[in-house]
Amino acid sequence: MSSLLQHPGHEEESLQRVSDQLPCREVQAGTLLSLMGQPHQYSYPSIFIYGHRSSGKSHVLHVLLKELELPHAPVSCVECVSVALLFEQVLLSFFGADAASLLPRSPSLSDFVRVYRNQCSQSPAEQTRYIVMEKAELLRDADANLLPALLRLQELVEDNVTVILLSEIVWDKFRPNTGCFEPLLLHFPDYSKGELQHILSHDRHPSYSAEFYSSYINILLGVFYSVCRDLRELRHLPHAMNVAFTCFCVSSVKETDTHKLWRNMEPHLKKAMQTVYLREVSSLQWEKMQQMEEKESGALRGLSAHTHVELPYYSKFLLIAAYLASYNPARTDKRFFLKHHGKIRKTNFLKKNEKTSNHLLGPKPFPLDRLLAIFYSVVDSRVAPTASIFSQISSLVTLQLLTQVSHDDQLDAPKYKCAVSMDFICAISRTVNFEIVNYLYDFL
Amino acid sequence: NLWPSIFQGCFVFKPSAKKKKTALSLDFQQINNHQQNMFCLCKALQDELNRNILDSLLDFTRKCSSTRQHSDWASQMRASEIPTAALVLGVNVPDHDMTFQSLSDLLQQSVTPHVASVQAKECGALKHLMKRVLERLMDTVVDDEDEEEAEQTSAQLNKSVHCSLSTLCAWYNAKTKVSPPGKKRCSHVGDDLQSPPLVIIFKDLEAFNPRVLQDFILICSRYIERLPLMFIFGIATSPSTIQHMLPHSVSSLLCIELFQSLSCTQHLATVIDKLILTPQFPFKLNGKVMQVLISIFLYHDFSVRNFIKGIQLALLEHFHSQPLSVLCCKKKAALLNVMHLGPQDLERIRQLQSFKRYVEKQDPQEQVNLFTDDTHLKEVCQKLIKNLRQYHKNYYPILRCLHTLTSSLPRYPLGKQIRELHLICLDKNIWENEDYQSAMKLLKMLAKDQLILEDMLSKFKQLDSKSDSSTPYFAFTLGYVEDSITSPVKNLQKKTDLFQLQKTLLEMNESRRSKKLSPFEALRNEALEFIDSLVKSHLSAPESQTLNEVCYYTSSATVRRHLNATPRTSIQAALNIPYYYLQNDRLKTEDGIVSNAAPDICIVYKLHLECGRLINLYDWLEAYSTVVSAAEGNDPELMFLSLFSSARFIRAVSELEFLGFIKSTKQKTDHVARLTWGGC
Repeated sequence: MSSLLQHPGHEEESLQRVSDQLPCREVQAGTLLSLMGQPHQYSYPSIFIYGHRSSGKSHVLHVLLKELELPHAPVSCVECVSVALLFEQVLLSFFGADAASLLPRSPSLSDFVRVYRNQCSQSPAEQTRYIVMEKAELLRDADANLLPALLRLQELVEDNVTVILLSEIVWDKFRPNTGCFEPLLLHFPDYSKGELQHILSHDRHPSYSAEFYSSYINILLGVFYSVCRDLRELRHLPHAMNVAFTCFCVSSVKETDTHKLWRNMEPHLKKAMQTVYLREVSSLQWEKMQQMEEKESGALRGLSAHTHVELPYYSKFLLIAAYLASYNPARTDKRFFLKHHGKIRKTNFLKKNEKTSNHLLGPKPFPLDRLLAIFYSVVDSRVAPTASIFSQISSLVTLQLLTQVSHDDQLDAPKYKCAVSMDFICAISRTVNFEIVNYLYDFL
Repeated sequence: NLWPSIFQGCFVFKPSAKKKKTALSLDFQQINNHQQNMFCLCKALQDELNRNILDSLLDFTRKCSSTRQHSDWASQMRASEIPTAALVLGVNVPDHDMTFQSLSDLLQQSVTPHVASVQAKECGALKHLMKRVLERLMDTVVDDEDEEEAEQTSAQLNKSVHCSLSTLCAWYNAKTKVSPPGKKRCSHVGDDLQSPPLVIIFKDLEAFNPRVLQDFILICSRYIERLPLMFIFGIATSPSTIQHMLPHSVSSLLCIELFQSLSCTQHLATVIDKLILTPQFPFKLNGKVMQVLISIFLYHDFSVRNFIKGIQLALLEHFHSQPLSVLCCKKKAALLNVMHLGPQDLERIRQLQSFKRYVEKQDPQEQVNLFTDDTHLKEVCQKLIKNLRQYHKNYYPILRCLHTLTSSLPRYPLGKQIRELHLICLDKNIWENEDYQSAMKLLKMLAKDQLILEDMLSKFKQLDSKSDSSTPYFAFTLGYVEDSITSPVKNLQKKTDLFQLQKTLLEMNESRRSKKLSPFEALRNEALEFIDSLVKSHLSAPESQTLNEVCYYTSSATVRRHLNATPRTSIQAALNIPYYYLQNDRLKTEDGIVSNAAPDICIVYKLHLECGRLINLYDWLEAYSTVVSAAEGNDPELMFLSLFSSARFIRAVSELEFLGFIKSTKQKTDHVARLTWGGC
């Protein structure tokens, strides 16, 4: 295994440590090492690494650069809300705080290059310096000149520096239309099932034997592999299931009986798939629940089980009116809300393009006037148009039950959409004894 | 404390012509006392109600910070998750502030000095959110590229820092190294907290921009190994909003635990119980005002804070508008104040409706005395005030007693909540109410269900212990009721063996044949009659009490106008009767007449009321210039042609359009469409 990671520039011992920490990623690490070359050699100006989430990109780089003690600046593009932060972090990790403070306020790219060159003339690189940019896809939203400049930063600053970009998106989506320096592309493939099992077996509880734990992981993967291949998610599972597992281990005598293990664990795993995997229940709560399961089961409900919302009386009607306005065509209001509308059958005013259900098309925007008109006709008592009715509309917007479609600044005739589901509105209308289905065009 | 100062302000500008100066100062003292008492009580109540949830939250934070220091396998595996408390508070957003305030106070006192709370409206972008969090955690001004002024001031105060979490990291390390907390600031907690957590409270999760929140969580999770971060999400609707806002990849970075707070209706019930259904405060609301406040709560906002504000407003209005409110205070002070009443105030007392009714019942000699002799009147007033206090002392325990009896009846003839019963009682004498009679009938038909009886007995006992203010008389009554109800039950319980049971059954049979009533039924009827008599003697409507005007605030229209404003009505009133707002004598007119001195927009509005759906602009202008020229005594023809007047007209019309009364239309040229009909 260690033969894969042989490289002249580095000590055997640290290479060994690296390969220990990077199970199933030796090939990629080896490629990277040969790309980097020996520390004093110039490396390729920019490397672009892509692969799905949790395929080990940042981990490999982190371990490599750390264990081999190479000078590097890890930067997360999420964190860099402005380029200034990015420049500052790079300078800070290469040249210390003094250099970072040389940057002017709101620095431009050329400021950065100037400061960098200044600094590196004082302390020229003895080893290749690495800038690791995580979540590089966010660079596309930054200034247009940032990405091309980073790709050939080596030329710009005339220093032995390499920029490594990590992304979940392929390079084709990055390429600016003005053209740029092509980085070296490197792909990290997804882990296979066997590899996943190998990695997961690594963080075993110290009290079990490696073999036994590995078979446990095997069972776990058997259940979850079909729905989830994300290593980070899968790593969360074994310890969430820990209590059930320990219970079993205490009760059973033989550690080798995998069949019995399967029989005992499967119901727990199935149950966990609905709650723990979807993070409906936090791992802490799940553990607590497992401990008191003997007493009462099903006491704990997931996050999505709590959907009931208590609203003031008129807010309920406002929401109902908004729902009706969103899902009924405006032409049909006459049919629903006028007393003497005559007999209008659905077929009479069915237009050709309206054969699809409005519920499939989603909510439509409606003006405030229409909302209020429907509101006054559905609410059973006479309501004065007070300020609090209007403020309830805006508080429904803050609660995200309505969304404002028009711009905030538009005071005249604002438009809204109803953002609640059919089930939700049915529950609400039941509490005020309003048969909403009778008023919906789709259910006529 | 803001409120006393507000009251002060009110009194400074108050037109004090109505009252004497002494009364005024007395009033101010009183109102302040009231105010402070009520405010303290509300705060205490709020804390009490939130105690459970706050305690569990505190436990949660403590546990989270302590598990971080453990190194067992399970907690290591969880180390990458940010502990998060989802705090579901209900839709009454105005109330949340207080809860969060006490939460962060408690956290700072007992768990960690590092608490930052952020609101959505101050965090439009990630940069701002970061800045707010850093500022509040580190108590410094954080550098921001956009704000030049901020830079200058911060440069003077302390070294400006860049807003990134690495700055926070450095700060936190320095802080924990230099002064180990648990020694200096929170020594009473003990030294179990080596590294106090950094708690970030998101007050209104729904209003946050999901993008910003996701990015922030992603960043935080990068630092979780170095910083013991913790989140508290304040959720108004339902916990599933977390899933709506955050994608799975982000929410998997959190270890979410759910906390549910009391519902706001329960909250209101407690507030009413402690603030209104008690003889402790002499200030009372009458039925209509209560109704207005409760319906604002139930129909509009669910906000307990606004409800309390409503009571405060009523209190202020009462002391402001009712000169006799000097007597609305504690017993001793009230009796003293009676002696200090001036002749003017005594005259006011004589004018009171309730007092007139009282006088009519007296014999002629006494009537004359009351109307002429001031000292005698004062003595009588003292007596009446004592009576009123006694009435209140009896009223609330009996009200609760009746509520316990009737609250479990089928279909709730007297309401499920005690506030409904209270409203009925305030309205008129309850025994004249049909629902009361049907409730009594139902009670008389109640089976000798031991469960119900024992249930009620326990409730009665609770009542007894609760209402420590109840008179000994009431305690005696309760004892009586208890005795009368328990005795048959006890007797029944004793008879365990078969022979005795047979014997007693025979006895009971006999007795039924002879008296047609079992002892239980007899006792039940007796008890109910007793309760009925109690109700009749103590639950009479407050309006029947003499001098009730002193304590009861009655103007529901004022409260409604202040709390539930109707902008459209105000605009229409202003346009119709400009005198109402401008108070200029020239504007006084009779109804239906267009005054030419009125502002242009009023004239234009009045003229447009006479038109149909479409208004011809030319005709309108003509009518307008006729009205205006009548004022200036010019020839209408000349006036009509004058450019000046048509400019004024156009301006008024566009103002009207801005207010939403008309809009332009394409149906006819030179026409506008009218949008409102009927006065509202």
